[in-house]
Amino acid sequence: MKSTSPKINRKLVLAISVGLMAVGAIAISSWPSEAQGTSDVTLIKNATILTVTKGTILHGSLLIRNGKIAEVGTSVAAPAGATVIDGTGMFVMPGIIDCHSHIAVEGGVNEGSVSDSSIANILDVLNPEDIDIYRDLAGGVTTANVLHGSANAIGGQTIVIKLRWGQPADKLVFEGALPGIKFALGENPKRANSTVLPGQVRRYPATRMGVEDVIRQSFTEAVEYKKKWDDYNHRKSAGEANLIPPRRDLRLDPLVEVLEGKRYVHSHCYVADEILMLIRVANEFGFKVRTFQHVLEGYKVAKEMAAHGAGASTFSDWWSYKLEAYDAIPYNAALMTQKGVIVSINSDDAEEAQHLNQEAAKTMKYGGLSHDDALKLVTINPAKQLGIDNRVGSIEVGKDADLVIYNHDPLSVYAVVQKSIIDGKVYFDRDTDIKNRAEIAKEKQALLEKERQAGGAGRGGRNGGRGPGNLIQDREE
Amino acid sequence: LTLLKPLVSIARLLARKYRGLKLEAAKQFVKEPVMRARGVRRILSALVLSACALGVWSIYSTDRARADEPSYFAIKNARIVPVSGAPIPNGTIVISHGLIKAVGANPTIPPEARVIDGTGLTVYPGLIDAGTDVGLGAAAAPAAAGGGGRGGGGGGRGATTANVPLSRGPEDRPATTPWESAADQLMSSDARMATWRNSGFTTALVIPRNGIFPGQAAVVNFGEAEHTDELVVKTPAALPINPQGGRGEYTGFPSALMGQISYVRQVFIDAQWYAQAQQIYEAHPQGNKRPAYDHTNAAISHALANKELVVYPAQTDVQILRALKMVPTLGARWALSGAQQGYEVSDAIKAANVPVIINVNWPVAGTGGGGGGGGRGGGGDLPDPLRTLRFRDRAPSTPAVLAKAGVKIAFMSGGIANPKDILRNISKSISAGLPADVALRALTLGAAEILGVSDRLGSLDVGKIANLVVTDGDIFADATKVKWVFVDGRPFIPPPVPDVPPAGRGGGAGGADISGAWNLSFTTDQGAMQASANFQIGADGSMSGTVSSPYGTAQVTRGSVNGNQFRITISMQLNGQPTDIILSGTINGNQLTGSFETPDGNLTPFTGTRPRASAEEEVRQ
Repeated sequence: MKSTSPKINRKLVLAISVGLMAVGAIAISSWPSEAQGTSDVTLIKNATILTVTKGTILHGSLLIRNGKIAEVGTSVAAPAGATVIDGTGMFVMPGIIDCHSHIAVEGGVNEGSVSDSSIANILDVLNPEDIDIYRDLAGGVTTANVLHGSANAIGGQTIVIKLRWGQPADKLVFEGALPGIKFALGENPKRANSTVLPGQVRRYPATRMGVEDVIRQSFTEAVEYKKKWDDYNHRKSAGEANLIPPRRDLRLDPLVEVLEGKRYVHSHCYVADEILMLIRVANEFGFKVRTFQHVLEGYKVAKEMAAHGAGASTFSDWWSYKLEAYDAIPYNAALMTQKGVIVSINSDDAEEAQHLNQEAAKTMKYGGLSHDDALKLVTINPAKQLGIDNRVGSIEVGKDADLVIYNHDPLSVYAVVQKSIIDGKVYFDRDTDIKNRAEIAKEKQALLEKERQAGGAGRGGRNGGRGPGNLIQDREE
Repeated sequence: LTLLKPLVSIARLLARKYRGLKLEAAKQFVKEPVMRARGVRRILSALVLSACALGVWSIYSTDRARADEPSYFAIKNARIVPVSGAPIPNGTIVISHGLIKAVGANPTIPPEARVIDGTGLTVYPGLIDAGTDVGLGAAAAPAAAGGGGRGGGGGGRGATTANVPLSRGPEDRPATTPWESAADQLMSSDARMATWRNSGFTTALVIPRNGIFPGQAAVVNFGEAEHTDELVVKTPAALPINPQGGRGEYTGFPSALMGQISYVRQVFIDAQWYAQAQQIYEAHPQGNKRPAYDHTNAAISHALANKELVVYPAQTDVQILRALKMVPTLGARWALSGAQQGYEVSDAIKAANVPVIINVNWPVAGTGGGGGGGGRGGGGDLPDPLRTLRFRDRAPSTPAVLAKAGVKIAFMSGGIANPKDILRNISKSISAGLPADVALRALTLGAAEILGVSDRLGSLDVGKIANLVVTDGDIFADATKVKWVFVDGRPFIPPPVPDVPPAGRGGGAGGADISGAWNLSFTTDQGAMQASANFQIGADGSMSGTVSSPYGTAQVTRGSVNGNQFRITISMQLNGQPTDIILSGTINGNQLTGSFETPDGNLTPFTGTRPRASAEEEVRQ
């Protein structure tokens, strides 16, 4: 069986910035391909293993069998036929989990036309060929919470995916992970920063009060809707015949699921008072806010969030990019952690997602989190927030073999991802990527040359050209 | 009426005599019979009108096309390709009163038939374009179409004009007019019907424009008739859904693809609920609340009950897999349309057992790529990614791959401006491995089967509609000329037009002329506005120019024209931010209709005129 031994290229390590740029460049022309991996059994040997929950193992080995972590320790032998990855000098950590992503979405991240767009579902528009999947994979991300945008008080339905590059959309979905719904508070849903262009009517709501009103209104409808169905089902099961069933409403169905605890609420927010507002509304209607997203003033109301049981998914040190982000401090993650909130650091952005390890590392400087607590911000904590910590987020026997291999400590700025592994399969391999670049360039050149020789062969010109590739991608945090 | 009978006989005699004279004198059938028929018609009309009452006219007008034209034709000594069976190397086909009377090596030719010597000619069934808007006239201005549905207008994110009602959710039925019918929208003034016919396309699935549920499609013969109603072969023939289109015709909810998909799903849930609720209510009105009448629910539930064919578009592999998963949940019989990246997912298509109407308007460079699922905004300055290049290279192989997998296929022109390019593009597929006989079948009987009209169209069989195309060579050979076309048994001779060179690359050269100055008019909530635009097309096809409006002057960063469709990106400062605005729409001589689109999807319709053209108009007035 094949044994690969990635060598540390010292030049690459030194030229770290060049290296990081290269990862971006690779991906532009990469093509989805089946993940590598010739056997169901793989051994990573002689590496520094950062389990996150069970300490660090020096010169450790990790056995992967059928996509799961089978053994971890210092004396794990390679079974016959296993693929062996030499981890000498390498660091292995759980795959990074990005709790706030907008990658892999086709045809608009926001259904921004209405204040409650809970009818829309990211699951319907997953695009497994979005190059950002590959780029984020090259940054060590293996799982992402793909969210609707923040243009609406109640946004669309959300989905957790594994970045199984090359697989069709339905194979990306994280099996068994509870779906979510995006809420948004503050400037975005009230459209404070949106350009009102000729012909545009400013949408309700225009204030933070209005945002609360929209949420309250929708849940009032959802409660009535649920009652209507409960009544119908009750009367029907009591034997009443010839009843006209209520109309099924795809906008209210997910809100009923929220009320029944079958769907997580991930709410975009910034300022302290709106965080408290949503906790009050949630308590009133009897649902939980699973995570507050961005939550830059979370440090002011961390106790209240902890009491509600909400997690916080924030940025490391982005601030002042709009009025409601003025009170942000880089100590936010550490302070919320100290108050008992489960905290994660998210990307909200395909580029940011490529260095979430570094974003986590900043909390060691700002707030003094320990090495393991910093790592938790992008591994086990987001796994807990998404309810998938029984499967991913740490290196433990029985968990999914979702792993990243770095050439340095992942919390070092010198760390560059060598391999990203999901379910025991290598989905990103830096050596392979670099090796394939020349071939890809050659094929591109050949195809361009073929087109050129066909000589303006655009017979049957294309109509309008509003191809799917032309759809405007709306990326809002 | 008894009085009129002799008159009719006289007229018929005269007509026959006239024809006989012509026949003898010419000894060939080069003069266009329709022209001659019109001459006869004029004589007849004069005779009838001067002689008698208006009642006579009505007799003729009801069946005018056939009353004064030859009803029998025979093409002999021709190569006949019936599609339903083996080609007849030297055969005869007889047409009688619009239908095929006989096909074979040597059938009896009725004495009254006009006989065409088919030596060196090949007779095919009329070709079918299984998806087009040909027949519906030039594209309407987006604003005009906005009225479709109760809430055709804008929502908060994208109001177009201040006076159009908002679409705030599925209940407003945005861009939804399933009760409309292409059969009712046919316009005899659409000159493209003749150009399609002249290229051998006798029949099309005509799909209404505008909207997510634009209305029901009809199978239409591209003949000539006093009333366009006579051209309709079958209606409703299909229920098209367009979740990705329609952005030019409505705004408000739903503005993103995911909203549109959910909306489509909700409409079908509503329609099924409506049918159920109506049924229960009609049987048990007492004690049940009356389900409210809903035009959309009524139309869609009717279509579902009639097992109408839903036509759902999907272009890339990602979109196709998405459709294969989503559309079967709607509870309708369906066909996939577009499917240009079908070569990637033929197994899944075959497994779903869904027929595919392939859009043969293959992607070309410089038109936004359109492909590869995640293909990032094509048309920019970045070189196209490998995925897009591969897509452009391989798209024409889709018919071969799907046919080989055993998928039922047909072809649609999908916005191609010159119908000759439909066959040219299919020839590319033949070069990419599609057997020519499979291609021909997809263009004839295969399409008829998918559209549910194979009992009357699609092959040269006795009793079927006499739609024929007669060529001087193989239908797919570029040099081949169409010599005759028969639609509903009426003969047409395509004018010997100089061959139009293939449309060029996307950048400007490929279509109508947009270069020069334009005055653009549009309405905002601040009232009527004017902009002046000037477009230039460089030797390399690249577009440049400016657009000046009360919002400032914007530079054209890129643009393309294909056929009569334009798409131009301008960059301007809005609120201190450089903002790309996209102008897209249709060129119609000296008229532009289209819309401005902002990055967040707001659409403002505009119309444009040439400054000189409007000045001339003023002079004339």
